[in-house]
Amino acid sequence: MSLSLKQVDRIARLAHIELSPTEAEATQAKLNGIFGLIEAMQAVDTTGVTPMSHPQDLIQRLRADTVTETNRREAYQAVAPEAEKGLYLVPKVIE
Amino acid sequence: MSIQTLKSLAEALAQKKTSSRELVTDYLAKIDAQNPRINAFITVDRDGALAAADAADAAIAAGSAGPLAGLPIAHKDLFCTEGVLTTCGSKILANFVSPYDANVVSQLKAAGCVSLGKTNMDEFAMGSTNESSAWGPVKNPWNLDRVPGGSSGGSAAAVAAGMVPAATGTDTGGSIRQPAGLCGVTGIKPTYGVVSRYGMIAYASSLDQGGPIAHTAEDCALLLNHMAGFDKRDSTSLERATEDYTRDLNQPLAGLKIGLPKEYFGEGLANDVRAAIEQALAELRKLGAVTVEVSLPNTHLAIPAYYVIAPAEASSNLSRFDGVRYGHRASEYKDLAEMYAKSRSEGFGAEVKRRILVGTYVLSHGYYDAYYIKAQQLRRLIAQDFQQALTQCDVIAGPVAPTAAWGIGQMADDPVQMYLADIYTIAVNLAGLPGLSTPAGFSGDKMPVGLQLIGNYFGEARLLNIAHQLQQTTDWHLRQPA
Repeated sequence: MSLSLKQVDRIARLAHIELSPTEAEATQAKLNGIFGLIEAMQAVDTTGVTPMSHPQDLIQRLRADTVTETNRREAYQAVAPEAEKGLYLVPKVIE
Repeated sequence: MSIQTLKSLAEALAQKKTSSRELVTDYLAKIDAQNPRINAFITVDRDGALAAADAADAAIAAGSAGPLAGLPIAHKDLFCTEGVLTTCGSKILANFVSPYDANVVSQLKAAGCVSLGKTNMDEFAMGSTNESSAWGPVKNPWNLDRVPGGSSGGSAAAVAAGMVPAATGTDTGGSIRQPAGLCGVTGIKPTYGVVSRYGMIAYASSLDQGGPIAHTAEDCALLLNHMAGFDKRDSTSLERATEDYTRDLNQPLAGLKIGLPKEYFGEGLANDVRAAIEQALAELRKLGAVTVEVSLPNTHLAIPAYYVIAPAEASSNLSRFDGVRYGHRASEYKDLAEMYAKSRSEGFGAEVKRRILVGTYVLSHGYYDAYYIKAQQLRRLIAQDFQQALTQCDVIAGPVAPTAAWGIGQMADDPVQMYLADIYTIAVNLAGLPGLSTPAGFSGDKMPVGLQLIGNYFGEARLLNIAHQLQQTTDWHLRQPA
């Protein structure tokens, strides 16, 4: 398979990544190289093979529904690009 | 000057022949002298290191010191370190001073280790050469025109150049073993789930695993004792009794059965690397090991499966970098969507963008089953190969990489060619097995070669034992770059 420029643009939009037309073209070529490599997977019949997401096939641990974290809002917001009165500031979304 | 191990430095500290302040001052001077040539460190935490050294000296004097008290180490810049810049090799985190410590960092601190700083790495650990770092490539101390491997290339190069006796690394597809091999040092990637991922900036969460890089297997065991352990803050951390990874170091190797996968010795393996590996295997036979041929028939599928699974998980993990809570925010934007896109486009490098795009595509509607599920099915076949082979042997051995270190820039424009160089390491991550790299001599052009040892789940102590025994009768790990 190979990706068209239009598909590259669509994926970039989904991923919130801006590509200039020149970058998109260079990216298209590289992505198609990578998908050429990945394509080898399709030659293998995997019918009936259970997908493996964790080597020990671990079941997610549950914990009690209680507060375990201490409030460190100031420390965490100290590294934010813009924060004020305990809030993260972003451009206005709703008029 | 000969290499300094954590073990020998700990003895010198215990015998009061030196102090932690003296050691740290000495290593900081080595970093000052070497780092401009090698670029192994992104951040040197001079004040923090000296303060921690003084605290360690006081604890030693008071008899309340931790087991690794006063020993200098460095952390890969992917581990969050409270109050210290943590960039993950990326411009998007160029200003990120972490508000908390990774579990590995806090455990090693509690054991008394003194961190000298943060080592350079491929951006978000995506690379095998250290060329994708936003802070410039790391140079291989054995030849400054060559790559050190990656992604923990800064850690491996720093240890090889004597700038620090040991360092932490992480391994998603070979990122501890391959740079350790290419720089002539020892490194181990533990079984998935043994070392907590809490505070390790995520690349591919089902594959990422932290581990130590040092000159010797014994030092790796000492560090791993304080890196491993159950941590409830990591949802895939394994609840197991704690282990002493040094316990089997001195076991003899008589009767050890080593499996040699025929797929790891076939086409593509450079002749000089093959010769070095054969020589190391001959040493292991002298120590009483026997070798048998085994097969890992799905080896050729490991790279395709990895380049679906890892980018898929990365595209999800890296969605958190949006310029809102931390990291880079673009200076000009007209709305929220543009702020996200500009911040990410300015902050991420080309390889990271590529992997995010691949991951976004394979997870997108209509492709999930054909790519992500398919890759996870192949992952199981690959894991089953290892289980089948390990019924015929105790451990598996082979090269870490098909060639010794190549030239900086040589593969920089050809990602697929670079991906293929990870053929012998990636399957181990997919299976979640432990893997170790130990020095095994030199290539035709005098670059280090690494021997890879792969064990069954929780076989770390056995791998460290084999490497330690090999290191008792060979001196490859003691050699130093000019």
